[in-house]
Amino acid sequence: MGTLITGRVGHVVTKGLDTHDLVCDKPSIAGSVSQRACVFCGSRVVLYPIADALHLIHGPIGCASYTWDIRGSLSSGPELHRLSFSTDLKEKQVIFGGEEKLYTALCELIDHYKPAAAFVYSTCIVGVIGDDVQAVCKKVEKEKGITVLPVMSEGFQGTKKDGYKIACDVIAKLVGTGDDLPVQPFSVNILGDYNLAGELWMLSEYYKKMGVQIVASITGDGRVKEIRNAHKASLNIVQCSGSMIYLAKKMKEEYGIPFIKVSYFGIEDVSDALYEVAKFFKSEQLEEKARQIVIKEINQIAPQLAEYKNKLQGKKAALYVGGAFKAISLVKALRMIGMKTVVAGTQTGNAEDYKILREICDEGTIIVDDSNPNELSSFVKQTGADIFIGGVKERPIAFKMGIGFCDHNHERKIALAGYAGMVNFAKEIYETISSPVWQFVKR
Amino acid sequence: METSKYIKKKEQAFTSTRNACKQCSPLGSSLAFKGIKNCIPLIHGSQGCSTYIRRYMISHFREPIDIASSNFSENSTVFGGAQNFNISVDNLIKQYNPEVIAISSTCLSETIGEDVKKMISEYKAVNKGKILPELIFASTPSYAGSHVDGYHEAVFETIKSLSENKESNDIINLFPGILSPEDLRLLKEVFLYYNQSYIMFPDYSDTLDNPSWDEYKKISDGGTSVEALKRTGSSKASIEFGYVFNSSAQTSRIKTQVAYQTAAKYLNEKFEIPTYSTGFPIGIKESDAFFNLLNAITGKETPEKYLLERGRLVDSYIDGHKYLSGKKAFVYGDEDLIIGIISFLSEIGIKTVLCATGGESKILQSALENVLGDRFNSEMIIGSGMDFESMGAHMETYQPDIMIGSSKGVYLSKRHDIPLVRVGFPIHDRIGSQRVKHILYEGTQELFDKITNALLEKRQDDSEIGYQYM
Ligand code: SF4
Ligand code: SF4
Repeated sequence: MGTLITGRVGHVVTKGLDTHDLVCDKPSIAGSVSQRACVFCGSRVVLYPIADALHLIHGPIGCASYTWDIRGSLSSGPELHRLSFSTDLKEKQVIFGGEEKLYTALCELIDHYKPAAAFVYSTCIVGVIGDDVQAVCKKVEKEKGITVLPVMSEGFQGTKKDGYKIACDVIAKLVGTGDDLPVQPFSVNILGDYNLAGELWMLSEYYKKMGVQIVASITGDGRVKEIRNAHKASLNIVQCSGSMIYLAKKMKEEYGIPFIKVSYFGIEDVSDALYEVAKFFKSEQLEEKARQIVIKEINQIAPQLAEYKNKLQGKKAALYVGGAFKAISLVKALRMIGMKTVVAGTQTGNAEDYKILREICDEGTIIVDDSNPNELSSFVKQTGADIFIGGVKERPIAFKMGIGFCDHNHERKIALAGYAGMVNFAKEIYETISSPVWQFVKR
Repeated sequence: METSKYIKKKEQAFTSTRNACKQCSPLGSSLAFKGIKNCIPLIHGSQGCSTYIRRYMISHFREPIDIASSNFSENSTVFGGAQNFNISVDNLIKQYNPEVIAISSTCLSETIGEDVKKMISEYKAVNKGKILPELIFASTPSYAGSHVDGYHEAVFETIKSLSENKESNDIINLFPGILSPEDLRLLKEVFLYYNQSYIMFPDYSDTLDNPSWDEYKKISDGGTSVEALKRTGSSKASIEFGYVFNSSAQTSRIKTQVAYQTAAKYLNEKFEIPTYSTGFPIGIKESDAFFNLLNAITGKETPEKYLLERGRLVDSYIDGHKYLSGKKAFVYGDEDLIIGIISFLSEIGIKTVLCATGGESKILQSALENVLGDRFNSEMIIGSGMDFESMGAHMETYQPDIMIGSSKGVYLSKRHDIPLVRVGFPIHDRIGSQRVKHILYEGTQELFDKITNALLEKRQDDSEIGYQYM
């Protein structure tokens, strides 16, 4: 593979051809055009959907400007999370420190917006200029009588994944601080769904129908009060294991709450997500209800899916997503509609998930960690993929290569989780692949 | 004349910036660097900044935008990023084989005091004998300026490091400012019609709006070539668009030199190339000014094509004026862009009641007074260093009929049920942002039609009768 720069070779394997283990969990190489973001980004996207909290970004303007309304995380109530607050540090603060500005900014915002809690994010320069963010938070917390949590997410400390962990630690500080929500016997928390395109609402509908109470959603359509009560639930259901598994483990240690790992993408996985919960509560009643839901939902979508499968049979997909757990789901979902995954890449997959990914992929599939536009375009070419599944940064690569694209990232506007989501997914893929526009492209 | 209420940042109710109306400095510099042929921009700092900037630009231009990062880690933050810098340059040469690597700094690398210029010379020394790409550096800490300042800094540094004074030639340099790729194409066309050779920099008309490709390109086609950039030092004249430029910037270079400096002014000081500054050519008066300037420099007359376009524009002004008179506008965005737009609006009977920018030049008001003369509306609120939430508060008071600015104001437009005409950068919620025309008679025509139709549409939508003729 001629396009790989030194140091990148280990990050790519072709199943059936290469024998080395995939190298992952490494910082990106200097001078690469990585598709990854920073620690701050990881923390920000995890905490962002908590809709009644104030999110203040301490740093120069860009870090806040670029994350304004960045995710399509919907809220059923307050929308404070959709405002972008920044201390907008200037040269003066860089020289003399920004604590005072942070303090004033924070107090004003709390007075005005009366949030249920406040998160203060540290960006790269904050530590360097010597601001004691934690002290300021403590002081304001005391004065204003609301919880103010510092999120020490300086971008350079690592990758987005480290940011997830920092966010989990912050959430863990909230968990267990409330005891004002009544909890039923079959109660769960949903971890790691961000309510993109209202997906969480779809999923909670299933659980509610089964008779399962959702105590807290962490963090899609999230509320501070619910998170405070999250320790009262009997089970944590963790999706998108990359971002939330750490919190689940922590809650298990601290409160003895067991967790299950699920995915809501694809019929198989979403059905498992329901059955597993029933199984956990050892309730036949739950299981029966789950079965009813699954049968009803599948019956409803089966004819449409069969039609898409017919049309998409044998088409090849390249995918590049955040974590490997999601990639695994997607490979399975694609298979269900007759498609083959020829490239499966992720920004920050872990060794464990990569191993499973490698197992379930077909021979010849290229598996790649922390890729860049150059590599991705050459993989697409080499494999003759018909569609690219990824995020906005991957879209122009697909389009310039003259192939279809499906947004499976946090900017999506169409629900892709659950049963209806599976049809949407197939429809999206079919519509882009079968568009007449490609006739004008030489490939 | 009664002076208008000049809102300074301090008079806003909040210390924090709430929904910023600006982006950060390395975004602007990377945008300018995208206008160099066969160039790969590199941001020296941590990874997030470059990824965010790429994502932000991709959502607007809908093109591949490769911007590399030197990927600072904890270690580089403590011990310095020289090693990351060297590896980055090595890797970029290997991967992209560029003619230029254009480097911007970030808040972080500036704060820890990275000396990129020194790193460049050391890199060159170590690699003596090898053919290296040009290495250009723009210092772009965001705490000292916005994307606009970063842009001008990059243009300035590029010209400063590449321009040479050789045999004088008949070329005109053009420094257009932050415009759309389509605007840049319109400008190039003007020079064709004048049969006048020119060097426009930056020229991202192709690099950020490439046709569909047969084969993936590591670096998009187009841009101002290194050779042309070198020749800018021998041109017969420079034209630059703008009144404000980077006067918001507070970087030390600018501070020590007291006045801000642009590429054209540099060429003037260094090589005595006459410099002509004029505003963004939006509306008839400011476009006339540009054509008059060209006529004066070239000794030619405005080509027939433009006279016809101007005539049609005047004709449409007349056709539309009754729909527009007395309407109130709220204009926001980069300072030089909004000056042009406000000037245009004053030609067609629309009163700008509120104009706001994230920039902090402190000369916006005087620039507006100069450009508008007796068309200056002394009751206009001029918000400098403003964010969208503060603008929203003013909208309550001034009840504009139309908003003109980037797509980031869309939520205010929804909240107040006021139509928004999207101009400038970014436009993240519509297709064709690269092709929005703002300038010359042709671009003004497009703006005029959009604004008039937006008002008509609103009137039609609001009416119960649903008129078939408007
Ligand atoms: S640190 Fe500075 S350069 Fe980086 S995104 Fe934030 S404002 Fe922009
Ligand atoms: S400055 Fe740091 S925290 Fe902000 S975007 Fe850049 S890498 Fe991320």
